[in-house]
Amino acid sequence: MVDSKHQWKAWLYLLPAIILLLIFTVWPIFNTVRMAFTVYWDAEAPAGFDEDGMQLCDENGNPLWGKYQGYTISKDLGNKKLADDDPAKVKFEFGLDNFIHVLTYDGFWTIMKNTVILCVLTVPLSTFLALLIAVCLNAIKPLQRVLQTIFFLPYVTNSIAIGMVFAAMFNIVGVNTTDVAASTSVGIVNTVLMVFGLDPINWINQGSTYWANIAVMVIYIVWNALPFKILILLGGLQSVNKQYYDAAKIDSTPKWRVFTRITVPLLSPMIAYVVITGFIGGFKEYTSIVGIFGEKMQPPGAAVGVPVLQTMVGYIYDNLGNAEGVASAAALLLFVLIFAVTLVNLGVSKKKTHY
Amino acid sequence: MAKQMKVLTEKDLQQVTVQQKIFKVLSQIALYTFLIVMAIIVIFPFYWMIISSLKSLAEYRLSIPTLFPKEIMWGNYLQAFQKAELLKLFKNTIIVGVVSTILSLVITIITAFAFARLEFKGKNLLFSMLLGTMMIPGELFTITNFTTITEFGWYKNPNWFEGYAVLIVPFLVSVFYIYLLKQNFMQIPNELYLAAKVDGTSDFKYLCKVMIPLSLPTLISITILKMMGSWNSYVWPRLVAHKDYYLITNGLRSAFTDAGSGEADIPVQMAAVTIVSIPLFLVFIFLRKYIMKGVSRSGIKG
Repeated sequence: MVDSKHQWKAWLYLLPAIILLLIFTVWPIFNTVRMAFTVYWDAEAPAGFDEDGMQLCDENGNPLWGKYQGYTISKDLGNKKLADDDPAKVKFEFGLDNFIHVLTYDGFWTIMKNTVILCVLTVPLSTFLALLIAVCLNAIKPLQRVLQTIFFLPYVTNSIAIGMVFAAMFNIVGVNTTDVAASTSVGIVNTVLMVFGLDPINWINQGSTYWANIAVMVIYIVWNALPFKILILLGGLQSVNKQYYDAAKIDSTPKWRVFTRITVPLLSPMIAYVVITGFIGGFKEYTSIVGIFGEKMQPPGAAVGVPVLQTMVGYIYDNLGNAEGVASAAALLLFVLIFAVTLVNLGVSKKKTHY
Repeated sequence: MAKQMKVLTEKDLQQVTVQQKIFKVLSQIALYTFLIVMAIIVIFPFYWMIISSLKSLAEYRLSIPTLFPKEIMWGNYLQAFQKAELLKLFKNTIIVGVVSTILSLVITIITAFAFARLEFKGKNLLFSMLLGTMMIPGELFTITNFTTITEFGWYKNPNWFEGYAVLIVPFLVSVFYIYLLKQNFMQIPNELYLAAKVDGTSDFKYLCKVMIPLSLPTLISITILKMMGSWNSYVWPRLVAHKDYYLITNGLRSAFTDAGSGEADIPVQMAAVTIVSIPLFLVFIFLRKYIMKGVSRSGIKG
């Protein structure tokens, strides 16, 4: 019924999207792979050294060049100096140097540690809390709508803006001020702790410990992740066939058994979904850390060098503009990591999902 | 003997129902207590944001925090507007939000229409490839797009056209929105389309008169999510936009950099954060249905 002379019309409708996708989606995919695997050789002494071959350093004393197995790899595109007798001036070659650069980066283990810790703490915690809240919400009649709205509220917020609110809540106010007249408070969170007879904690200020920082991040990320998870799980609960619950009622099955033997198995596809999206979000954590700690991604006054709360995405953005090859390699690694974790999750959930 | 047993059972039954009732009431109380405590925890940061934004700095620093400001300081809001240049940021955000939403809607509609109703070679393959790109993390695109827009001469360009284009153009096509709308278009019975064809209606007229009105809820969801996206975007404008074309979130973070040093004038900072958050709350209150519907199908923030 549709003849070939109409085909060009369809392509006309698709044209704007295809052009934009070619430029901003398809080309980046190829180019990222290309840049990640390219090593750039230059006949000139690269710009990380002065004329006498002395290494140049940035204002913090970090060398502008990384060293790898006798090669000097620049921060710029990972280029290497050509041998003096090489006739070529510039040469591009396939190589894994960018990946090696990422893997040997001082902060690589910091990144992995932060990512694993944040994922392992936030994903189970937020999923469990969301499940509990969703089940409770599903079990009540009055106020259900109001509470549902309140629980969804954190979703429609700006993660930088609310990160600043969390920072203010965990902040110790006025510790550094010379203004003696102003009273100093330890912040609302610490005040609450003191009400319960606990000592105030330095959460995010100068000299705060790594685990205090992580605790703040976990609280913020869980708070941020709850609305989406509750929405998905509650939607799942409301579509569950009531027959199973009626059968359980007749058998007078205890509530806890109903929860573990009926609710969780029936919800398992939705649980798998929120766990997978939770892991993906955990691997790409960036703006929530910037919201609380600023772009330095560490408490003020911490040592120069690798930021304490560095993440993969933070590292990619650090390299943007001066070392695209390294940034590309890092982005590809991130993609592979996310893909692998998703596959593992899917594998586990296939065994556990009851559908 | 048999009679006695019957009586006992009835008594037992009565006892059981009373127990069940007590248990039910108690469990309801437990449910509500848990939910309300959680709701208070969830909502507390918003309360604290608004309360702090109305306090004077001296009151904010009291060693025992007050739960309500003694003296309401509207001046904090005025200061916030001045310090963060909020008016300029609002203007930029609204321009970028509106223009990118309109253009994005047009592209999404015609693309989804082609995929849902028109026939052409390689349709399914092309659509699967589009869906495949959704798996790739956005950071991977950012790197090359950064180079591309630099080639275009859009990088931190102070001209108005380039200044806005760099924030709008790279994000005009969203595969997810196309997918969402295509699904919606497919639900409209094909008979309607064939009937229109018989009557000699053009594809374009059919799209405008039948398909768009019938999928209005999805289009509204897309509009809200897209607007929220530009309201919340942080990383891309921060990387490539000229300072004059920063969006609201960038200005917010850079005007109050030292969040953790304890030196910042937090009431003014909270006033700025409140100003940024209020429009989102209003949109949410009035259009909750559409937002939740869109979100439950995506998991994409903005």
